[in-house]
Amino acid sequence: MNITVTVNGETATHDVEPRLLLVHYLRDVVGLTGTNVGCDTSSCGACTVHVGGESVKSCTMLAVQADGADITTIEGLAQGDVLHPMQRAFRENHGLQCGFCTPGMVMAAVSLLEEHPHPTEAEVREGLEGNLCRCTGYHNIVKAVLAAADAGDSGAAATGSPGVAGRVPASAGAPS
Amino acid sequence: MIPARFDYRRAGSTDEAVGLLTEHGDDAKLLAGGHSLLPLMKLRLAAPAVLIDIGRLSDLSYIREEGDAVVVGALTRHRDIEVSDVLGRHVPLLAHVAGQIGDPQVRHRGTIGGSLAHGDPASDLPAACLALGASITAVGPTGSRTIAADDFFTGFLETALRPDEVLTEVTLPKATGAGWSFQKFNRRAQDWAIVGVAAVRNGTAGVALVNMGSTPLRARAVEEALASGAGDAEAADHAADGLEPPEDLNASAEYRRHLARVLVRRALQEARPST
Ligand SMILES: Cc1cc2nc3c(=O)[nH]c(=O)nc-3n(C[C@H](O)[C@H](O)[C@H](O)COP(=O)(O)OP(=O)(O)OC[C@H]3O[C@@H](n4cnc5c(N)ncnc54)[C@H](O)[C@@H]3O)c2cc1C
Ligand code: FES
Ligand code: FES
Repeated sequence: MNITVTVNGETATHDVEPRLLLVHYLRDVVGLTGTNVGCDTSSCGACTVHVGGESVKSCTMLAVQADGADITTIEGLAQGDVLHPMQRAFRENHGLQCGFCTPGMVMAAVSLLEEHPHPTEAEVREGLEGNLCRCTGYHNIVKAVLAAADAGDSGAAATGSPGVAGRVPASAGAPS
Repeated sequence: MIPARFDYRRAGSTDEAVGLLTEHGDDAKLLAGGHSLLPLMKLRLAAPAVLIDIGRLSDLSYIREEGDAVVVGALTRHRDIEVSDVLGRHVPLLAHVAGQIGDPQVRHRGTIGGSLAHGDPASDLPAACLALGASITAVGPTGSRTIAADDFFTGFLETALRPDEVLTEVTLPKATGAGWSFQKFNRRAQDWAIVGVAAVRNGTAGVALVNMGSTPLRARAVEEALASGAGDAEAADHAADGLEPPEDLNASAEYRRHLARVLVRRALQEARPST
């Protein structure tokens, strides 16, 4: 079946088998391997991408369900060499160790701030419930998201329009 | 893990979905948010020959007031229920329960219709619908009918829906100002309830249990005890009367019975009207 999707701003049409999962479509057909498969059982969140501006687990969605949708993957966050404020916050706060969970964590965190621009620490922990990390103990991940929320006061979390989640000018949250 | 091959059909309307169900019978399954069905298909525990995608029926995604009730379309996602002002005002238990399901990613995809039609005793919205005295509308080849939530859950993952029916709407009597509580006990983030309790106190009490039997069910013995004048703690002691809860890695049946009594007591106390 033919599907047409917009991935990180670029529109693509492919003929796919109905049983192809979105994560395999993104990795194997579109060639964007930043999105990881961790558990493959809808639990770990490593495969999190945005569909229509909201976080979803791409191992639990068929590519045909995403037909017509606007998709953002981890590759779509940075603008050239300029990191997205959430990516920068993860780097500055040591929010990763091995990095396997990181693409999904960052995508979940960007979606969380879209819905909740000023979360408390507890709300960040709950908002990242769907993402597991085997390395960090979560502490620095939570710190990073809170830091990104603070930086977002200058614009990063305030875009709100579906489909452009996270695709804000990467300079918007730059510390002055 | 990849699902077995299937034929993918996309329904453009409820009638078309009913038509496709009639045409393909037992070989077909509806696909809404996919967050119960796709994991089963990936494990090959389900292998429908035909998958009928109703996920694009946006006319079945709504929340609106109708007189003494709030009606919710079957394709309304957990996230939309969680943040609904109308539900927050008139049926706050449902909005709260939707916000306790899984994690944000799950709530962005899962729907109330899928949750009820799946009929999993471990799921949260069915218990809320039982406690609230909801009713469920289904459309089939001969028209639509309404089923009380009490009559809807008929067996393990089985409901009163016929194979050629589409669940279209859930009707929730307004419980504006009523006391309510949802107690969900689990040991890991994101997890399903080991045992859960939904309670509403609106003159009479509606109390329903998660994961205490083969279906979502009402705690009838508790409701009857309260109706005949028992106090909260005394009524809660009946929470597991006559129930055969499942045993699994998380809990023995006896532990579940214990949890049900403790959680029902907490729920009744929290739901006690403040006046
Ligand atoms: C990681 C994870 C954690 C979860 N945690 C929880 C939790 O804590 N609590 C909880 O309650 N749930 C939980 N769920 C389940 C989630 O709520 C599901 O979204 C929901 O149970 C099913 O809704 P769906 O729209 O995804 O249905 P689908 O998976 O699309 O469908 C489920 C079943 O219902 C049928 N169906 C769907 N819509 C209709 C309709 N309109 N008419 C007739 N039949 C229909 C389908 O044919 C299928 O048999 C979790 C799921 C995941 C993946
Ligand atoms: S790979 Fe999708 S949730 Fe783990
Ligand atoms: S950094 Fe290794 S899993 Fe999170």
